[in-house]
Amino acid sequence: MAEKKLTIAIMDAPYEKASTTTALRIVSAALKKGIDVNVFAYEGAVNLAMKDQAPHANPVKGTTVEQEEHPTTKEFVRSLLEIGKGSPQLTWINCGLCVDERGAVNVVDGVKRGSPADFFKMATESTNTLVIPTR
Amino acid sequence: MPNYIFIESRDPFDSPDTSFLADTATSLKRRGNDVTVFLVQNAVLATRKQARKSQLPQLIESGIAVLADDFSLRERGIQSDECQANVKTATIDQLVDLLLQENTRAIWH
Repeated sequence: MAEKKLTIAIMDAPYEKASTTTALRIVSAALKKGIDVNVFAYEGAVNLAMKDQAPHANPVKGTTVEQEEHPTTKEFVRSLLEIGKGSPQLTWINCGLCVDERGAVNVVDGVKRGSPADFFKMATESTNTLVIPTR
Repeated sequence: MPNYIFIESRDPFDSPDTSFLADTATSLKRRGNDVTVFLVQNAVLATRKQARKSQLPQLIESGIAVLADDFSLRERGIQSDECQANVKTATIDQLVDLLLQENTRAIWH
């Protein structure tokens, strides 16, 4: 295997678990090292890239949307895809059945639809595969 | 022999099953494998010297490399001098390097 490549499977829905942050940090670090990365988003993780997410104000702190700068997972995914649009390359595949179940169709540009067969192919072509399961 | 990298995300106070990871890692080390445990998220709560219910002494005594994610430590206000001896602070970059070693098996818990 000439080029190193990392595949990560994620399953947690956005805004639920610290594991999502860790997964995105690993993707970011690998891309910055010039490593190609595959992400297979399964179950609730297909919602990470949902385009309809909107930042909100914080009524507890009394801050506006602009002051709060609330991060959305769709922005993290979009920015990682921007970094990985050439070389290194980030391939992000959402599980199609999981998308249909959740109606999570409207996602940021660059996110593809696939199946566990794609995950199997990505895993067999990668240097390593990390599965981050739900608890 | 393969390398094993265990990524522990759970803290031992909330998740008693962290002992299964420690037992598995220790067994693999005894069989001559190269084993690393990378602590991330709430798993770094076990690094404090005063943490009584911690599986880290077992891992360290077995010769397993124990790394703690710097970001997770910083988030929880844990300083390096509060940590048990032989627990090394590491970056997520180092985790990526470990994952990309040839013949490495990665297990997330």
